[in-house]
Amino acid sequence: MFEAYILPVLIFAVMGILAGVLLTAASKIFEVKSDLRTDEVNEALPQVNCGACGYSGCSDYAKAIVEKGEKTNLCKPGGAASAEKISSIMGVSADEAEKAIAVVRCSADCTSKQKSFEFEGERTCVNAKRFYGGMWGCKYGCFGQGDCARVCPSDAIVVKDGLARVDKSKCIGCGMCEKVCPNDIIEIRKAVPTADVLCRSKDMGKAVKAVCSKGCIGCKICEKQCEFDAIHVTDNLASVDHEKCTACGKCAAKCPVKVITISKV
Amino acid sequence: MKSMLIILFSAMLTNNFVLSKFMGICPFLGVSKKLDSAAGMGAAVTFVMVCATLCTYPVYTFLLAPFGLEYLKTVAFILIIALFVQLIEMILKKKIPSLYSSLGVYLPLITTNCAVLGVTILNIDNGYTFGESIVDALGAGLGFTLALLIFSGVRSRVERADIPETFKGVPATLIAASIVSVSFMSFSGMVEGIFG
Repeated sequence: MFEAYILPVLIFAVMGILAGVLLTAASKIFEVKSDLRTDEVNEALPQVNCGACGYSGCSDYAKAIVEKGEKTNLCKPGGAASAEKISSIMGVSADEAEKAIAVVRCSADCTSKQKSFEFEGERTCVNAKRFYGGMWGCKYGCFGQGDCARVCPSDAIVVKDGLARVDKSKCIGCGMCEKVCPNDIIEIRKAVPTADVLCRSKDMGKAVKAVCSKGCIGCKICEKQCEFDAIHVTDNLASVDHEKCTACGKCAAKCPVKVITISKV
Repeated sequence: MKSMLIILFSAMLTNNFVLSKFMGICPFLGVSKKLDSAAGMGAAVTFVMVCATLCTYPVYTFLLAPFGLEYLKTVAFILIIALFVQLIEMILKKKIPSLYSSLGVYLPLITTNCAVLGVTILNIDNGYTFGESIVDALGAGLGFTLALLIFSGVRSRVERADIPETFKGVPATLIAASIVSVSFMSFSGMVEGIFG
C-alpha cells in the first residue's frame, strides 16, 4: 500500500516542491526589470496584431515605443484614440494620427463582367489567379473569392455578387487585405474626402468594353472636367491625386462608365 | 576510456539524434535559419541534456528503481527537464537578451523536445553507468549542435538558390535535411573502426 501508492506521490511532491523553490530563488537572482510602461502602452493598443505599424505585433510595437522612442501614431486600427493614450503614457505630444481606409479598385460585379470559363478549383483568389490569371475576361479585376474578407480582422469586407465590398464604418485601415489580394486591386489610402477610380484595367478602351461594362476606358472626360488638376489618365487608366482632389463630384457625374465614386468622409 | 570515446563519438555522429534518430526535428527546422541562433540553441540543448542527465540518472537509480517505480520515469524526467529549461530561460533573459529573443518560442519548447527526453531515457534503457550517461548526453548535445550548424549553412544556400516556386520554403528545406541526414549515414562503422 505505502510503496505502491503513497511513496510515488511523496517522491513527486518533494521533487515538485524542490523544483519550485529552486525556480523561485532563480527568478529572484536573474530578475530582469522590464519597463512598466511597455505593458501600459501594449494595453492601449487594440491587439489586432495586423502589422500595419511595421512591427510584427502590438507588443512589439509597444516595446519599440518605449525602448526606441518610436512614433506614437503608427497604429492604424487604434487611430487617434490610442495615439492619444500612448502619448499621455509616454509624456510626449501626440502627432496627428492618420486614419486610413481600404478601397477596392474594381466595380464590376457578376452582372457586368464577362466570364472566360468556369472555375472549379478551391475557392480562393490566389488559386483563381494561378489558373490562366483568373476566370474573368478582365485580368485586372476582383476575383470575388474573398481572400480579403477572410483576413479582415474587423469583418469590414464582404463579397457580394462576385465583388469585394468594404464597409467604411467598420474598416480600420490595417492593410491586411491589401497584402493578400493577388491582383493588387485593394488600395489603402488616407480617409479624406476624395474621388476614387474603381478600376485597375490598363487595357485599351475597346478591350475593356469587350469584357466589362464597368471598366475605365481611358476616355479622358474626367481629366477635362477636373478644375483642380487632380485626375489624370495614364496607360488608359484614370487615377486620382488624393492630395489635390476636393471631392466636388464633377468627374463622377460625367464618367460614361460610372467607375468614379466620391467619398465624402 | 576507449568505451567513453566510442560512446561520445557515436552519439555525435553515427547515432546523431536529429539526423539518424529523427528526434528534435522541430527546433532543427525552426532555429537553423541563422548561424548564431543555431549555435545558441545547440549550446542551450547541450546544457539541458547534460544537466538533465546529471539529475535524472540518480533520481532513477536511487529514487525510482529501488521501489519498483520505473514506470514513472517519463513523468519524473519531464519534470526535471522542465526545471532546467526554466532555469536556462531565466539565465539567457538576464545575460544574453539578444539570443533570448532570437530563440523565441523554441527555447521553452526544449521542455518538450523529444531529443532531451530521448537521451535521458535511452541512457537508462542502454544500461549505461553514470559516467557513460553523462558522456552520451554530452555527445548527443554536441551532435545536435553540429547538425544545427551544418544545416544552417546548407539552409542559407538553399534559401538563395533558384528553386521552382512549388518547392520554395519548407519543402526545399525538408529535402535538404534528408540529404544531410543521408550524408551522416556514412559515419556508420567509422567510430568503432577508429576506437574499437
